[in-house]
Amino acid sequence: MLAKRIIPCLDVDNGRVVKGVQFVDIRDAGDPVEIARRYDKEGADEITFLDITASSDNRSTMIDVVEHVANEVFIPLTVGGGIRSVEDVRTMLNAGADKVGINTAAIFEPELVKRAAGKVGSQCIVVAIDAKQVSGEGEPLRWEVFTHGGRKPTGIDAVEWAQRMCRYGAGEILLTSMDRDGTKIGFDLALTRAVSRAVTIPVIASGGVGTLAHLAEGVLDGEADAVLAASIFHFGEYSIGEAKAFMAAKGIEMRM
Amino acid sequence: MKKIAVIDYGMGNLRSVAKALEHAAGKSAHVTVTSSHKEVTQADHVVFPGQGAAKDCMHQLAHHNLLEVVNEAWLSKPFLGICMGLQVLFDFSEENSGTACLSLIPGRVEAFDCNMRDSHAGNILKVPHMGWNHVKQQHSHPLWQGIDDGARFYFVHSYYAAPKNNDVVCGITEYGISFTSAIAKNNAFACQFHPEKSSKDGLRLLKNFIEWDGGL
Repeated sequence: MLAKRIIPCLDVDNGRVVKGVQFVDIRDAGDPVEIARRYDKEGADEITFLDITASSDNRSTMIDVVEHVANEVFIPLTVGGGIRSVEDVRTMLNAGADKVGINTAAIFEPELVKRAAGKVGSQCIVVAIDAKQVSGEGEPLRWEVFTHGGRKPTGIDAVEWAQRMCRYGAGEILLTSMDRDGTKIGFDLALTRAVSRAVTIPVIASGGVGTLAHLAEGVLDGEADAVLAASIFHFGEYSIGEAKAFMAAKGIEMRM
Repeated sequence: MKKIAVIDYGMGNLRSVAKALEHAAGKSAHVTVTSSHKEVTQADHVVFPGQGAAKDCMHQLAHHNLLEVVNEAWLSKPFLGICMGLQVLFDFSEENSGTACLSLIPGRVEAFDCNMRDSHAGNILKVPHMGWNHVKQQHSHPLWQGIDDGARFYFVHSYYAAPKNNDVVCGITEYGISFTSAIAKNNAFACQFHPEKSSKDGLRLLKNFIEWDGGL
């Protein structure tokens, strides 16, 4: 049976992992290669790197990061952040990424997803969606796609957007609840379930994980195919192994 | 030192495959990514990877004049097909409204049904089949050495091979249906999963391949 996946996510700024990963036994907590190697050893099913480098002049450092990690870590790598063209997608794939995340650029130019999937195959294209609940109390639940870290509404319905991206050739959806991101109170399960049921491609739940129970809920109640988390792993609160053991004990199929 | 050629026919990134082979080989092998006839012909081992669509793959193979070379390697030396490099070995693929393939193994490549349901939970199974799944070994093979029966490997695909003859089936995997995830015939082995992305067990399979003399 196919296992549900756990994906640690690392923010990379100018070639260095930020948001301080705190493993006691890691010499250089900012080194993407060392951290990726550690997560592979712990049993991470994939690793996602998010390039948060502000200046596009420094994009090439991200390419170096991907190359170095891909040379030494042999599990799937996803790279997102600042991807604006088919050329950007290709550059990251050539550097060793297996999948590339497209977020804002897809909103400004939905055809980009179609073109990219046509060129490199759907399996390499992850569409990242940042969603926020916009329905008021008592109204049927509705979420909208936001940009700029959840500050700018787009007017696009998140579930419909996911369906459209699926039709355009996305191979996977990375769904982040901007209401929950950074809160540690758990995924937006209703949002995750709504999107997961609306599309035929895998959905990765993201935003809000604070406990191992949250990870399990993402799969059991949110019906996600994979769960992504950052801080609970980085700060050594839990290891990937502990997370997997917990989820397996809840009856979730995991790769142990 | 063994020479390993990874056949490059313009179907995307082969860096991971080459790096994983180098990692698995240590100092015992030299890995080249190449589209040169000569290099493939002179190599001791040949890796035939592939991603993307079947039609493009066949087109690119013909365009790079590599059909003959693949054929020859398939018959003559340790040969490892990966992902699309397994699928195009068959007669025909349903992909791209039907694509004629290499016909090195009798059988077809079919699409996963988008309405498959999990037999336990009842939920719809997503396509592509993406992630880590069990591979049940159908018989012992030098490439399975040191790898547990039922070990998980990383998959990402929407089509699967359906061989005509069961004797080539070397691994099977369950995803809505039971499908062939590895085949073996004489000096050739091919897998639907990605050993280069399957961590420890994947690297072990690649190491086994590098050490394999093509016999059983």
